[in-house]
Amino acid sequence: MGEAPLLRLREVSKSFGAVAAVQNVSLDLYGGEAHALVGENGAGKSTLVKLLAGVHRPDSGTVELDGNPVELNGPADAKAAGIAVIYQEPTLFPDLSVAENIAMGRPPLGRFKTVDRTAMIRQAGELFKRLGVSIDPNRPARGLSIADQQLVEIAKALSAQARVVVMDEPTAALTGVEVERLFAVARSLRDDGAALVFISHRFEEITALCERVTIMRDGKHVSTDLLSEISVDEMVRRMVGRELGALFPKQQVDPGAVVLSVDGLSRDPVFADVSFEVRAGEIVALAGLVGSGRSEVVQSIFGVDPRDAGTVKVLGKTLKPGSPRQAMAAGVALVPEDRRQQGLLMELSIERNVTLPRSRALSQLGFLTGSSERRSAKEWTERLKTKYARLSDEVGTLSGGNQQKVVLAKWLSMAPKLLIVDEPTRGIDVGTKAEVHRLMSSLAAEGVAVLMVSSELPEVLGMADRVLVMREGRLVAELDRDRATEESVMFAAMGQEVSL
Amino acid sequence: MTAVDLPRNHLATRRSSLDLVLRARELGIVLALAALVAVTTISNPRFLSGQSIRDILLGTAILAVLAVGQAVVVITRNIDLSVGSVLGLSAFTVGTLLRDHPGLPVIGALLIGAAVGGVCGAVNGVLVRYGNVPALVVTLGTLYVVRGITYFWAGGQQINADELPGGFLDFGNATLLGIPYLVLIALLVLVITGVVLRSYRVGRELYAMGSSPQAARLAGISVGRRTIGAFGVSGALAGLAGVLFAARFGTIDAAAGTGYELNVVAAVVVGGVAVFGGSGSVWGAALGALLLTTIGSSLAVLEINQFWQQAIVGGLILLAIGADRLVAARVAATLKKRGSHVH
Repeated sequence: MGEAPLLRLREVSKSFGAVAAVQNVSLDLYGGEAHALVGENGAGKSTLVKLLAGVHRPDSGTVELDGNPVELNGPADAKAAGIAVIYQEPTLFPDLSVAENIAMGRPPLGRFKTVDRTAMIRQAGELFKRLGVSIDPNRPARGLSIADQQLVEIAKALSAQARVVVMDEPTAALTGVEVERLFAVARSLRDDGAALVFISHRFEEITALCERVTIMRDGKHVSTDLLSEISVDEMVRRMVGRELGALFPKQQVDPGAVVLSVDGLSRDPVFADVSFEVRAGEIVALAGLVGSGRSEVVQSIFGVDPRDAGTVKVLGKTLKPGSPRQAMAAGVALVPEDRRQQGLLMELSIERNVTLPRSRALSQLGFLTGSSERRSAKEWTERLKTKYARLSDEVGTLSGGNQQKVVLAKWLSMAPKLLIVDEPTRGIDVGTKAEVHRLMSSLAAEGVAVLMVSSELPEVLGMADRVLVMREGRLVAELDRDRATEESVMFAAMGQEVSL
Repeated sequence: MTAVDLPRNHLATRRSSLDLVLRARELGIVLALAALVAVTTISNPRFLSGQSIRDILLGTAILAVLAVGQAVVVITRNIDLSVGSVLGLSAFTVGTLLRDHPGLPVIGALLIGAAVGGVCGAVNGVLVRYGNVPALVVTLGTLYVVRGITYFWAGGQQINADELPGGFLDFGNATLLGIPYLVLIALLVLVITGVVLRSYRVGRELYAMGSSPQAARLAGISVGRRTIGAFGVSGALAGLAGVLFAARFGTIDAAAGTGYELNVVAAVVVGGVAVFGGSGSVWGAALGALLLTTIGSSLAVLEINQFWQQAIVGGLILLAIGADRLVAARVAATLKKRGSHVH
């Protein structure tokens, strides 16, 4: 590529509080070229996109367009500079017409500076014609399929004469035909001289569309190569390449009787035909990319979410769909992913939170007595080494790690037979992480069956006796502890052959 | 994803039926209004007398000016509960000025009232924008603050009609070609706001903000400035309504306009402006104001206990919201079927 780059990021960094989301990343984008950006969840791709979109401002480093530094102080600046971003979730105005969505920001003006609707509709029609689709420009954006919404977003980019088009996982919600159509449009944009940035977890799409690939890990730039010069194996290795610490004190346990047995579980369109077992003393990890349906599966097992088909048995007893109460009675505990939303009542005291699921058992003659509540809460918070001033403090005043311990205490005090944890260590520090892991391991040693959803590969590999990998709503691989490696899990999660 | 294109006329009929559904809202209000007038007139023909119509129109004029301002705010997914208090402050300010300076021309009074209201509205907007507090809470606060200021200033005093200059009171009663000035002013406000909202970039951006605040920010719309602007307009129109109030009634105390905010919100909701923003029109809001005012007079003429009026207005609000949900569900179903087709 002899010519100068169209857009150039030089050593940009962006931190949120103590978290360095993007550190010293440089990136050159050339006109007429599609550039893939890959990395694990949390590698900093989305932050980089938001820097380009003007949503965030870099803490340091510069953005250069045609060799001249530009300041992107807001989305309007990025738009004016010819940068268009198509987000995974399209951002349209549902109440306004498709034509108006496309023209918003720079509508064609007629007499007395009024918005010229006829011209607006004609322009939208021309853009759709160029894209080879027929969406009625007059209809409201409400009710458009995700694929059509993305086409409207692309029409927006075209109408703004964008020279840099960034697509953040545009294909995640599309069917095969829709992906083909999107790619045809993307290729024609590229051939007209635009610089394309394409983010995806699917390697077959990356190789089909892009010329160059940049790999990011932990907020840092790892490498940039021509796709013709790098293998998929090598990309995966560079994406995940990090040391496995001694954070994972999994004890060897001989699995006992089957505790959880899931058969043919389906919920259209989120997941289909999921079957597996978890035995006493076993930790089974459910791995896969964000959005592959893992959380939905466990929520459906617990009965928070409905299911269309399939059976769930706990210790041989079939659970009714949609009944968390029955699941709890059968000895199932679920520690949800988002503790703020689903796990804790932030305004209530620590003891009240811990004893909530058992308030009936702890009450005498229907009244909750403070002393029984306190005794039970004290026992479990001490066992988990939770740090707090008083048991009567509001949970909201604790740190994230200690909040997570309170959630765990709440469910462990029920003495569950099956513990389901969804992202058990998200957002907590390394020390607390190790404690949570130690606790899960000792519970398994006591004969509790543990089902863990986790996006952190080191956690999955370090803790699990078996790894189940989900991809697009289906269980695609089951790997024993000794067969599960970072590569084999990532390959399965991304739909590549497991080569061992 | 079939490659079959719908026949053109087929598509056209679908579209027109969709438009009809969307327009049915305003049509529904007009029909309700017609039915109400017909029933009342049959029971008491004097309902259609000149004086009665005049009273309804004057009442509507003030409520409609407030409702137009409120609609602008509600379209951006906000609400302004302070309008009744702002009306009171403006009416009392203008009344005091006119008592002390009888030479002040009517146009000056109107501008001063609008300015007083505009300042209050801008304060609301700034608090909503920079305080990051929901508009409901901010304007509930300013509702009490502004009313408190008016009470503090007025003490127990009242401005009576005989203290106001004759020219100003004439303005409240005079007509041009048989139409009261107050109604003309309300119509002017309605038309200008309606055209700006429908055909100018600023207006379309207000709809966009209400339809999806997040998308509006990403589209580069200066959401903060527009929010402050919308509240400013609502405040200024409430201030203007205060002057109209003073001219119509002539007697002003610190309690003027107490409780108006709920009538205004009711008119806007009945008029089909979606409380979650992004859709509706000031024409609907003004029709809502006309309907509510007509119900008030009609119940008086029908000699129905006025307490029923509140129950009826409440029922209408529920009906309006129910109709909105129904229409929304229908429209969504129609739109789902009309996806794109590859050529």
